[in-house]
Amino acid sequence: MQQEIVFQARGLTKVYSMGEVKVHALKGIDLDLYAGELVVLLGASGSGKSTLLNILGGLDTATAGHVNYHGRDLTVANDRELTDYRRHHIGFVFQFYNLIPSLTARENVGVVTEIARDPMKPEEALAIVGLGERLDHFPAQLSGGEQQRVAIARAIAKRPAVLLCDEPTGALDLATGIIVLEALERVNRELGTATVLITHNAEIADMADRVIYLRDGLITEIRKNEEKRAAGSLKW
Amino acid sequence: MKGQALAISLVIASGVATFIMSRSTHDSLERTQAAFYQETRFAELFATLKRAPESLRQRIQSLPGVDVVETGTLADVKVDIEGFADPVRGILVSLPENPEDGLNRLYLRAGRFVDPRRDDELIVSEAFAEAHTLRPGDGLYVVINGRRKHLRIVGVALSPEYIYQIAPGDIFPDYKRYGIFWMARRALSTAYDMEGAFNNLSLTLSAQAQEAEVIERIDDLLESYGGLGAYSRENQLSHRYLSEEFRQLERMAMIFPIIFLGVSAFLLNMVVSRMVGTQREQIAILKAFGYSTTDVGLHYIKLVIVIVIIGVGIGLICGVWLGRGLGGLYMEFYRFPFLAFELRPGTIVTAALVSIAAALLGTIFSVRRAAGIAPAEAMRPEAPAIYRETFFEKMGLKRVLSQPSRMIARHIERRPMKSFLSIIGIAMACAIMMVGSFQEDAIDYMVDIQFGRAQREDLAVTFVEPTSRRALYDLENTPGVQYGEPFRVVPVKLRFGHRHYRTGIQGIESGGDLQRLLNKDLNVIALPASGIVLTEYLGKRLGVQPGDTLTVEVLTGSRPHREIQVAAFVSQYLGVSGYMELSALNRLMREGNAISGAYLAVDKAYRTQTFAALKEMPRVAGTTIRESAIKSFYETMGETLLIFTFINTILASTIAFGVVYNSARIMLSERSRELASLRVLGLTRGEISYIMLGELGVLTLAAIPLGFLIGWRFCKVISDNLQTDLYRVPLILESSTFGFAATVVLISTFVSGLIVRQHLDHLDLVAVLKTKE
Repeated sequence: MQQEIVFQARGLTKVYSMGEVKVHALKGIDLDLYAGELVVLLGASGSGKSTLLNILGGLDTATAGHVNYHGRDLTVANDRELTDYRRHHIGFVFQFYNLIPSLTARENVGVVTEIARDPMKPEEALAIVGLGERLDHFPAQLSGGEQQRVAIARAIAKRPAVLLCDEPTGALDLATGIIVLEALERVNRELGTATVLITHNAEIADMADRVIYLRDGLITEIRKNEEKRAAGSLKW
Repeated sequence: MKGQALAISLVIASGVATFIMSRSTHDSLERTQAAFYQETRFAELFATLKRAPESLRQRIQSLPGVDVVETGTLADVKVDIEGFADPVRGILVSLPENPEDGLNRLYLRAGRFVDPRRDDELIVSEAFAEAHTLRPGDGLYVVINGRRKHLRIVGVALSPEYIYQIAPGDIFPDYKRYGIFWMARRALSTAYDMEGAFNNLSLTLSAQAQEAEVIERIDDLLESYGGLGAYSRENQLSHRYLSEEFRQLERMAMIFPIIFLGVSAFLLNMVVSRMVGTQREQIAILKAFGYSTTDVGLHYIKLVIVIVIIGVGIGLICGVWLGRGLGGLYMEFYRFPFLAFELRPGTIVTAALVSIAAALLGTIFSVRRAAGIAPAEAMRPEAPAIYRETFFEKMGLKRVLSQPSRMIARHIERRPMKSFLSIIGIAMACAIMMVGSFQEDAIDYMVDIQFGRAQREDLAVTFVEPTSRRALYDLENTPGVQYGEPFRVVPVKLRFGHRHYRTGIQGIESGGDLQRLLNKDLNVIALPASGIVLTEYLGKRLGVQPGDTLTVEVLTGSRPHREIQVAAFVSQYLGVSGYMELSALNRLMREGNAISGAYLAVDKAYRTQTFAALKEMPRVAGTTIRESAIKSFYETMGETLLIFTFINTILASTIAFGVVYNSARIMLSERSRELASLRVLGLTRGEISYIMLGELGVLTLAAIPLGFLIGWRFCKVISDNLQTDLYRVPLILESSTFGFAATVVLISTFVSGLIVRQHLDHLDLVAVLKTKE
């Protein structure tokens, strides 16, 4: 069966100028991402995985090459188009959650559902990540894992085509990290949202459909997991 | 940070500039006055009388405590200038043989002194000369003792006796219609039959002299020569008015800078402490490197002191520049020949210390708080701040608020103290804007009341001396005169207990339409048939209440002393006076139906004819034109108050902008992470601007009413302190003042918003995701 391609990157290059030094973060990457799959981007610090994620998410622009999202070339989009793209198509989960402290869990999700075209109810999104009972808690009243799950609920509530997660367990301990990964796994399975997960933790790669290895701005290997492991069985 | 530092510097600079400008202007004027008095040997005691033989001078000279005595002749004159139809009057003063000697010396500005042997030479006061563009060589006509005489101007001069050049009975100077002229004593004495005699006396006192005693002795000596009572320098007309103005300026020079410097110090403290508060992480890093809290504190203190010093420096330069400029204006206005600019070191030190102290307090407090956190903890992501639903949401308003609006509301409510301080800061800015413009309202109001409701005549005509009431009919038959109301003025000293006040009692007819008295609510009141009505201000000065009995010491004629009951107080913003029913005043004087002049309603179309006819009347000593009185009122007040307040308004605007801009910048640095996160989630620039600027907007809107309240309070303090013999500035705030203050604050908010918006457009979305708070 021919899988639907969500992202298609060709010759993707990113060069940063750090003073007089030029840093080649991405050195011409070719990559396809398919609908509904869970991909883990694995690599050490500085391998270019975050840069790739940022360009896919419309937060950064490539120096050269092209990224197509459902046939739309992101590399030529202007700021307004990128804002619109993030608003309706992409869900983000960050290492440091980036919740709005002045809003409750429900309202943090509401920030996104208020502006999305066909959102689910905030309560529904929070129920999916197992926080149906903590709707009216403020971030300060939630644990780190709970905050990250609110962030996931916020990301999926707009029913995005793609969920981009940058080190979502990076700031969490094992047990909490597992709960967060289970939530991501469930979203991927039940909603069919294509999920890209950045990590430098090789163990997490076992829960992916495909694992993409990056080093020095280049893809060194793409591995397909014959058998996905459940997030709950991971250990590190 | 650069923009913020500059804005803080400007706030300090504005406060310091106001302080230095006000203090230096006042100090300079006082020093100039003292120097001018000294140079021209301004006398210390003065007296006018009807006529005394020159031999009396010896007896005065020999009185204990008397140092130098100078006698002379004074005469009220009418003047005619070609091409100027309005009635002009003035005083003709005799010049001694050697005018460069003796007391009250003239300061020549152009030309020369008169030849003591000539009777056709004249020196004119500079203000009058300038008003009519007269130069040495020009001529004018003076009616001397009923005879119109052509005199040639040989010089233009200033005199310490007539720095404030004002016609008796007038409230403000009118240089076009009132002048001071000097003539050789011999010629003047001949014309007025004063040879070997004098009617004007000035003297200085020896070091140990008892002023009151000397006055008493001189009054005794002059009594039989028609003396009007000797008076000290503080009662000398020009000096008294000048002192009143200086006193008022001094009060302004106290109140304005206190308000300005106080406000800027408060804002500085607030801004600095919040700025340091946003540097939590940098402080932690410094501490992690091994810097002590003191080291870190010193670092910030140095930073803040640099900002403050830049501010104080700008303020000092601007303040001196403005002070010199304002001093120069006042110098021209009061006609001092020079300005002795004075900037006391204490003034600079005070301004600098207050600013530095305010900044340091703010810095030390926040650095201590920031440095108190363990470095590791400070570098770890800060725990999410604790928020809760706001009061309004609990009241059920939650449903109508969008998430961004809830963010605004909760952010404001979470740290009520901080929000409150922001509000106070913006409110203060609003308040000082009002201080700047309120006096304009008050002045318009004073004119409206004084000339619209109370003094409604077109002309006030004064006779050479009290005359029979029949003279009124002559006036009423003058071309253009519609009707007239008589008045009588009696110079008196009012005494109650140990307090006394020299003024005039005005007798007017009850039920008149041209001259009316107003009560506290500014309604016209009927003049009681007996008793005296006092300006409320005068009543307070004398410490009397309606019902009390005053002693009236009449200063003319047989100088009788009479007792009279205070019937009521009247409201009057200009001048200080007592009023009586005309016939009651005449009864008090035990005289018949005498009047000293009349208020006239005149048809403007016949103006020229009216003036020409009045000039021809030998009985008429002078004419005051209401229109020109209003004009000179505006000119006077305009110079003394409005320029001062105009400059203050500009400085206040700077403060307003500095405060709002800083609040906006601080908000931005506190919330940029949150806003960037929202941008990542797909919120547009406009949507995050709403959250950011919405908060600023809400705070500004909350601050404006509070600012009105504080501004009203500030204006009240100023109004309470602007109660002088010359005028009482009422606390009148027009809606335009509120509107103007609010507009400046809103514009400041808008412009700050635009600048901050620029920053919002360039938020680094990637960086914010990688860093913790």
